[in-house]
Amino acid sequence: MEFPEGLKYSKEHEWVLVEGNTATIGITEFAQEELGDIVYVELPEVGEKVVKDDPFGAVESVKAVSDVYAPVGGTVLEVNDVLPDNPETINDDPYGDGWMIRVEMTDEEDLKDLMTAEEYAEYVEQQKEDEDEEEEEDEAEDEEEK
Amino acid sequence: MVEFAGWEMPVQYSGVIDEHVAVRTRAGLFDVSHMGEIVIRGPGALELCQKISANDVSRMKLQQAQYNLLMNEKGGIVDDVIFYQIEPNHFLICVNASNSDKDFAWIEEHAEGNVELENASSRYAQLALQGPLAEKILQPLTSVRLNEIAPFFFSFGEVSSIRCLVARTGYTGEDGFELYCDSVEAERLWKTLLASGVPMGLEPAGLGARDTLRLEKAYPLYGHELDDTTTPLEAGLEWVTKLAKGPFVGREVLLKQKQEGIRRKLVGLELLDPGIARSEYTLFKNGRSVGRVTSGTKSPTLGKAIALAYVAIDEACLDNTIEVEIRGRKTRAKIVPLPFYRR
Repeated sequence: MEFPEGLKYSKEHEWVLVEGNTATIGITEFAQEELGDIVYVELPEVGEKVVKDDPFGAVESVKAVSDVYAPVGGTVLEVNDVLPDNPETINDDPYGDGWMIRVEMTDEEDLKDLMTAEEYAEYVEQQKEDEDEEEEEDEAEDEEEK
Repeated sequence: MVEFAGWEMPVQYSGVIDEHVAVRTRAGLFDVSHMGEIVIRGPGALELCQKISANDVSRMKLQQAQYNLLMNEKGGIVDDVIFYQIEPNHFLICVNASNSDKDFAWIEEHAEGNVELENASSRYAQLALQGPLAEKILQPLTSVRLNEIAPFFFSFGEVSSIRCLVARTGYTGEDGFELYCDSVEAERLWKTLLASGVPMGLEPAGLGARDTLRLEKAYPLYGHELDDTTTPLEAGLEWVTKLAKGPFVGREVLLKQKQEGIRRKLVGLELLDPGIARSEYTLFKNGRSVGRVTSGTKSPTLGKAIALAYVAIDEACLDNTIEVEIRGRKTRAKIVPLPFYRR
């Protein structure tokens, strides 16, 4: 799984590309893989304010809906117009053509909470291990029940 | 993998849409061993089956299957199930995994006379081979003459030397078979079917595709469209409910409801604005709450957002436009005929 260097990552599995005062935001490869086939994307309007750690949109697969949280606060400068008609672009290219919004950041301090690629890779590994452990615990419980 | 009623279940293999399309156009193989099986046999079996269920079990032929509802005293649905008549007075009932203990306790409570009950859920595994190529894939592996099994009939036989109940039933809206076998043989049956079927276009399919397939066909899912408080008349299952067959649990309530009329009804919705309606979203008409969504997705076959919903009877007519609240935003939806998909 790929986590490009140079991006910042959130615990909610969004990535941020910072260029000066502008932040481009999308969801990570791990997030798109967990969701499966994406069939609908809801985005804010240009000019809307997004608040750090609040949902700014939603991504829906055939089976479920997930909120997408703003890793940084700011004003929406641009949204990816390709997504409403081609939501699967997020599955195909989560870090490129599948970007979601571009915001003008209000506070660069917001970036401090975010992870580097290396930290995020570790975080994802940890999450996967936790999932596996839960499964193993369930299996152990099943054994006891027998 | 995801936890479901104590089972570790595969949600998807290659992807929900890919598996969905495989079932509609070729074939998919589902491991549905989580489904429960209850055996009722003995001289009093038919009588018991008639008493606990809404459909007319006495009309079943030998080796026929029947969609049926286990009913409670309030006219609500304990479970939706398939009855298989193995011999006269010998029935196998396939029940929902999450209900199997509840169903068994409830049947036991109503059993009287000379009947034997067994919760055989752990003895049986079940694989569902579904799709237009199902017969072509299965036939080389069995001596059972599949073209002689009509829809909703079954036969016993060996599939690659594994003894199976081979039923022409399913939950996808496509032709196909459900194979019941001893649970110790399940893995071998799975591998054999895949090895033989994959070159013909068969794909393993998971719970995700099972849900989108059944939803396009408007098959109800217990816990969503049906529960202990919904009646068959509200759920559009009057065709399963044989009020004239004689007494059964809940019949009086249903007779009364039929006479007085239902207050809400299960309908199909197609969204007119972008968005996807999901289970438990509220429906509105002119600012008034008129119902709730029970299941919703984007239909892979139709490319539209579809949903099943309970709607107040005065708003439940075809072509009526109502609104679904999706994350605080009102989205228009039209009531459309069911099923959404026909083969």
